[in-house]
Amino acid sequence: MASTAEAAALGARRDTERGVGVAAAIMVIFLIAAPFLLYPVFLEKALCFALFACAFNLLIGYVGLVSFGHALFFGWASYLAAYAAKSWGLPPELAILTGTATAAGLGIVAGGLAIRRQGIYFAMITLALAQMMYLVALRVKLTGGEDGIQAVPRGHLFGVFDLNNEMTMYAVVLVVVLAALFLIYRIVNSPFGEVLKAIRENEQRAISLGYNTDRYKLLAFVLSASLAGLAGSLKAIVFQLASLTDVHWTMSGEVILMTLVGGLGTIFGPVVGAFVIIAMENYLAPFGQWVLVIQGVIFVLCVSLFRRGIVGELANRLRVRL
Amino acid sequence: MVEIFGIPSQALFGQLLLGLINGSFYALLSLGLAVIFGMLNIINFTHGAQYMMGAFVAYILLQYLGINYWAALVIVPILVGALGIVIERLLLQRLRSLDPLYGLLLTFGLALIIEGVFRNYYGSSGQPYQMPEALQGGRNLGFMFLPNYRAWVIAFSLVVCFGTWFAIERTRLGSYLRAATENPTLVRAFGINVPRMVTLTYGFGVALAALAGVMAAPIYNVSPQMGSDLIIVVFAVVVIGGMGSIMGAILTGFALGIVEGLTKVFFPEASNTVIFAIMIVVLLVRPAGLFGRSV
Repeated sequence: MASTAEAAALGARRDTERGVGVAAAIMVIFLIAAPFLLYPVFLEKALCFALFACAFNLLIGYVGLVSFGHALFFGWASYLAAYAAKSWGLPPELAILTGTATAAGLGIVAGGLAIRRQGIYFAMITLALAQMMYLVALRVKLTGGEDGIQAVPRGHLFGVFDLNNEMTMYAVVLVVVLAALFLIYRIVNSPFGEVLKAIRENEQRAISLGYNTDRYKLLAFVLSASLAGLAGSLKAIVFQLASLTDVHWTMSGEVILMTLVGGLGTIFGPVVGAFVIIAMENYLAPFGQWVLVIQGVIFVLCVSLFRRGIVGELANRLRVRL
Repeated sequence: MVEIFGIPSQALFGQLLLGLINGSFYALLSLGLAVIFGMLNIINFTHGAQYMMGAFVAYILLQYLGINYWAALVIVPILVGALGIVIERLLLQRLRSLDPLYGLLLTFGLALIIEGVFRNYYGSSGQPYQMPEALQGGRNLGFMFLPNYRAWVIAFSLVVCFGTWFAIERTRLGSYLRAATENPTLVRAFGINVPRMVTLTYGFGVALAALAGVMAAPIYNVSPQMGSDLIIVVFAVVVIGGMGSIMGAILTGFALGIVEGLTKVFFPEASNTVIFAIMIVVLLVRPAGLFGRSV
């Protein structure tokens, strides 16, 4: 009996892995071919946001924690990476590391505070903390206030690869983002990830099983913040710019939208969502303020009619987990 | 000139007054959030946009139809509250059985739509709203100058806040409401139409936000982003106070307004972050919030 169940579970797992493998192969092939068909800068931007959305999804999709303040980590990492590259003259790899470490530090503080409350309060606390740090960014010298940090040098990666070459830059972004996505995949499928999902399903139960859920939640929060920071740092190097837009609450809203459109709690959903939203913003840029309205409409439609998102819906049709 | 702690009394009391005004808005808005949260179990992210709508509808009524402030105080909450009822019936009601997170996301989307629409028509600069004639000017109290309109805002919002508290805590209708918050199924079994009560509660909470918007119109510029900045501060206020108690929401709102006003006198750089800083301290010392039951 037990062995049948085990075999079935193993089979299901193998099916899942096959589905994910096929989807990952399609994604990688697309991303390698893409710069020859589309603008590399557009793809670099979409990739940075894909990583940002996946980092956010780690919390909302797998731990059930809704952070409304992820712009805090994205934006401040981007500031510190830009500052390190420009004012300290650090090479890009160290600048990105500086940004990511900043986000990790902020993640420890913000996460430590926010997990003291549950559910809806968690969202409000993260939003308030992010707003506070936005107001700080508006004031302090380091961020350059309204101007932001402009003309950040891209530099040479490891002193060898010239990032001013757009194709080299794209390759670097692609490698970093894919590596981070693989890391996220490994995290959610590790024993640690299973505990996170258990907390999402029933925190009381996880506590009664002897798990110190606060420590798990904090670690997941810090991982998510650091990866969001990695995305922000990359973005600062790619666009040679760090600005107030990246720390504003609308950015936190945007990453939620990407994840929601792609599919909460799916591996590939946030990537697809990021590409869809970034493409949409590109095409709608001439319509100015209507972008806000359209984003709002997509939010309402997704929540009312399309809660699984694009990838979630696809996975459901194909009966696989993506 | 009288000085207190080395600060001229005029400046000190002037800032205290401004703090009380801000506190009135914090109290009205967090009260609405708490009432809605109690019945619908969602955080109404649209609250800031509905407050902004209140101010804008008052502005539009005066500008195009010549309807004055006093009429607006009655008409605007009814109009915006009615829109809230439509939103509840069409959209929020379908989410009742789902994770409250979806309610938050939906109302966030609605806030973006409303703010975006007003930005399209009015840009991001503010529109001035004429103060009603009866409340122009002010009086000298000796230690400070008290503008009539500001005194009115404080007095009126106190009346509205305590009226709401009374209606919920001390009347029969309020007792139904509180009972339905605790156990909707049981209250329905007693023959009370709970879904209708939920809809009307949402409408009422939204009307409170709109009323605050009308009162704010003559003080602040009427602008599309006036709501989104405020609502985040109000969220911090709600985290500090906890949403379990109506009186708690009112007291926290006023108290934080005063603290903010005082910070403006003694340490102006921190005045717009002080509420967030207090939130952090409260989370460290008393995670459930000042008036909250532990969640």
